[in-house]
Amino acid sequence: MENCYINGIGCISAQRSFEKDFLIEPILYSEENILKVVKPNYKDFISPAAVRRMSSGVKNGIVASTMAIKDADVQTPGAIITGTGMGCMQDSEKFLDNLIHHDEEYLTPTSFIQSTHNTVGGQVALGLKCKAYNFTYVNTGVSFESALLDGLMQVENQDGRNILVGGIDELADHTSKLYKLIDHTKSDDEAPYDIINKRTKGSISGEGAAFFVLDNEKTANSYSKLVDVKFINNLEISGLEKFVNDFLASNELSTSDIDALLLGNNGDIDFDIYYDEMEPLFSGADVLYYKHLFGDFMTSSSIAVSLASDILKSQFIPGALLKNKVPQQNNDIKNLLIYNQYRGKDHSLILLKNV
Amino acid sequence: MSNRVAITGMGIISSIGMDLEENLNSLKNSRHGISKIEHIDTKLKDKILVGEIKKTNAELESILKLPQKNSWSRTSMIGTIAALEAINNAGIDVKDDADIGFINATTVGGMDMTERYFYDFIDDPENRRYIQSHDAGNNTHNICDYIGLNGFVTTISTACSSAANAIMLGARMISSGRLDKVIVGGTDALSKFTMNGFNTLMILSDTYNTPFDENRKGLNLGEGAAYLVLESERSYKKRNKNPIAYVAGYANANDAFHQTASSENGEGAFLAMKKAFEVAELSPKDIDYINVHGTATPNNDLSEGRAIINLYNDSNDVPEFSSTKPFTGHTLAAAASIEAVFSIFALREGLIFPNLNFKEKMKEFDLTPVTKLAHKEVNTIVSNSFGFGGNCSSLIFTKSH
Repeated sequence: MENCYINGIGCISAQRSFEKDFLIEPILYSEENILKVVKPNYKDFISPAAVRRMSSGVKNGIVASTMAIKDADVQTPGAIITGTGMGCMQDSEKFLDNLIHHDEEYLTPTSFIQSTHNTVGGQVALGLKCKAYNFTYVNTGVSFESALLDGLMQVENQDGRNILVGGIDELADHTSKLYKLIDHTKSDDEAPYDIINKRTKGSISGEGAAFFVLDNEKTANSYSKLVDVKFINNLEISGLEKFVNDFLASNELSTSDIDALLLGNNGDIDFDIYYDEMEPLFSGADVLYYKHLFGDFMTSSSIAVSLASDILKSQFIPGALLKNKVPQQNNDIKNLLIYNQYRGKDHSLILLKNV
Repeated sequence: MSNRVAITGMGIISSIGMDLEENLNSLKNSRHGISKIEHIDTKLKDKILVGEIKKTNAELESILKLPQKNSWSRTSMIGTIAALEAINNAGIDVKDDADIGFINATTVGGMDMTERYFYDFIDDPENRRYIQSHDAGNNTHNICDYIGLNGFVTTISTACSSAANAIMLGARMISSGRLDKVIVGGTDALSKFTMNGFNTLMILSDTYNTPFDENRKGLNLGEGAAYLVLESERSYKKRNKNPIAYVAGYANANDAFHQTASSENGEGAFLAMKKAFEVAELSPKDIDYINVHGTATPNNDLSEGRAIINLYNDSNDVPEFSSTKPFTGHTLAAAASIEAVFSIFALREGLIFPNLNFKEKMKEFDLTPVTKLAHKEVNTIVSNSFGFGGNCSSLIFTKSH
C-alpha cells in the first residue's frame, strides 16, 4: 500500500487564507454570528462573465482548486473528489424563489443547473478538461471526510496520481435565516460571541473551500502525510474513547503519540461535551481550535486539514489556534489528530504526520 | 476476476411496485408505471407524465409507523422501505454489527419539504422541524437511525449517476477490506423543484418516453429507491449465504464537455465502459446484455449509442440492449440502483426486459433495442448511468453460478 502525501493546498475562508502566514495577524471576530469568506480576486482565476454567473461556492471551489494544483505544481489531476454538506444553496434558493413567487412560470434553467451538488466537481473538470474519476459526497458533517477517504484509497491503491480533493460550502441568505430559527446558528442578541468560553445553543455559521492534491510521491513541497481517516454516523459519548483508541491502534499509535489535537469546538452547549470528553485523553498534546476564526459549516474539517498541514510543515503553531496561547510542549510535532462532529452525529478522525 | 464483489441481497420501491416481487411481475408483464402526477400540486400536471409511487406521504408514514410529528422527507421514507427489504433479503442483522456500512445516493434530499414550506417556515413554528431535513445527509441519517445502523455512513450526489457511484464505492470498500458488508444504492422522490428544473431544460416528454427511438421527445421523471447488500467472501461464507450475483467491474469518468449535456461522441461514456471492462478483466464481447442509461432525450441516446458503437467498433457486434426507463421513468439518484436490481433479475431469471414504446430506429446509427420480453441465458451485464456535470459511470454485473 502506497503512502499518501498532501502536496498542494488552496484555501478560501473567513481569514486571508489565500496569503502565506495569514494567522500571524488573524481577523478576529466577536460581533458576528455568520462569517463570510474573505474574497480573493476572483478575476485572477475566472473570466469576468463567469464570475457574474457563478455562486460564491463555485467560485471559491474553482479558486481553491486552482491554487492547490498550482501549489503542487501539477497539470491535470488523476481524480476530482469533492464534498459539500449543503451543496449549491445560493442557486437552489434562487430557483426556489422563482418557483414559489412566480408560481412555476417564467423559470430559467441556469440556477437549476447550478444548484446540483456536483456543480463544483463538474466545473473544475470542465475548466481543466479533466476526464478522470469525479465524485461528490454530501453526507452532512462527513462530506469532506468522505472525499478525503476516497482520495486516500485512490492513492493507496495507485488508482491515479495527483488526486484533487476538496470541501466546499456556501452561505445563502434565506437558509441562514432558517438555521437561526431552529438554533443551529447562535441567536443575534448574544454578541459578543466567544465560542471557547461562552457556550450557548448553536454555532457561528461559516463557509469556505479548501482543496488538496494527494499523491504517493513525496515532493519538496509536501506538507504532511495523510495517514488515515475514519468516521461514524452515531457515537455515544461513552463510546468515544474506544473509537479513538481503536483508530490509533489500527495505525500503530496510542494517545500519547499525538503531539497536537485539533478540535472542532463551536461553542454549542449541547454538543461541545464530546470535545470535553476527548481533550483529557490527550494530556501530552497541544490542544488547538479553529472555528472561532473560521466559523462552522458542514465541511469545515477541510479548513482543519489545511491548518494542520501548515503546522506540520512549518512546525509552528499559531497562537491564535492555541487554547493556552503558548505551546505546552517543545518537541517536534509529528502526529496531529483532528476530531470533529456535527451536532452530535458524523464523528470523524483524521490523522496526519509530518514528512 | 479478483475484483468482483458479491451481492447478497436487494430491495426496491418504484412506480411499478412496492417490493422486489411486484417490480419483477411488472417487468415480466410489460406493465409500466408512467402516469399523470397525483401527489404533487403542480402546474405541470397536465403537461408531463411521471413514474410516481402511488402512495401518499401519509400512507408511507403509516407503512413505517412514523410518529405523526416527524421530520421525514418522502426521499427518506421510500429509501427506508427499500433498505428494509434489502436487509431482509440478505438475511443480515445490522444492529450491533460494527463492520457494516451504508452508502446512499440522492439528488433532491429533502427538497420536497423545503419547497413546501420555504418561506412559511418564518411564521410557522409547527413545520420548522422540516428545516433540517433539507440536506442530503439528513435523509441518509434517517434511514440509518430507522434500521439501527451505526458505522461507516456516507452519501453521494453526482446527479443521475449517483447510485452507480454508491455501488462502485461500496465495491471498493469491500475489496480494500475496509468493510465486510455494505448497503449501497439511492433514493429520490419527485419534487416540484426537479420537475420544473428539467422542464426549463426542455427535456421532458409530454408523452411516454421512447428511448433510442428516432422520434423520442425527452424523458419522464420518476421516483424510487433501491439498495443492494454487498459482502466480502469471508463474511457471506461465515454465515453460509450464497451470493445472488456479483459486481464484477465499475468505473467513473468525466465527459468534461458541458455542465448538463453529453458530448456528441460520448467520450465520457466510452471511457467509463472501457475502464469498467479493465476492472472486470472482461472484454466487450463477453457481454450478453447492456442496460443502457437510455433516458430518451435526443442528446443522451445519441451520445450513448455512439459510445457503445465505438466500444464494439461495429453496430452489428453490439449485444442486446434496452432501457428500462419506459417502465419507471428516470429516477435520478435511484436510477442506477433500480436498474442494478433489474439487471440482477435478468441474470437470475434469464430474461431481457423490453425497451417499451420503441418504434423507429434512430437515423444516426443502426441500433435496435430489445422490444419484447426475451428469454435468454444472461451471464454478464453492463449497466450505464450518466449525469449532469459530465458524470459517467458503468457497472458490470455477473451471474452467480
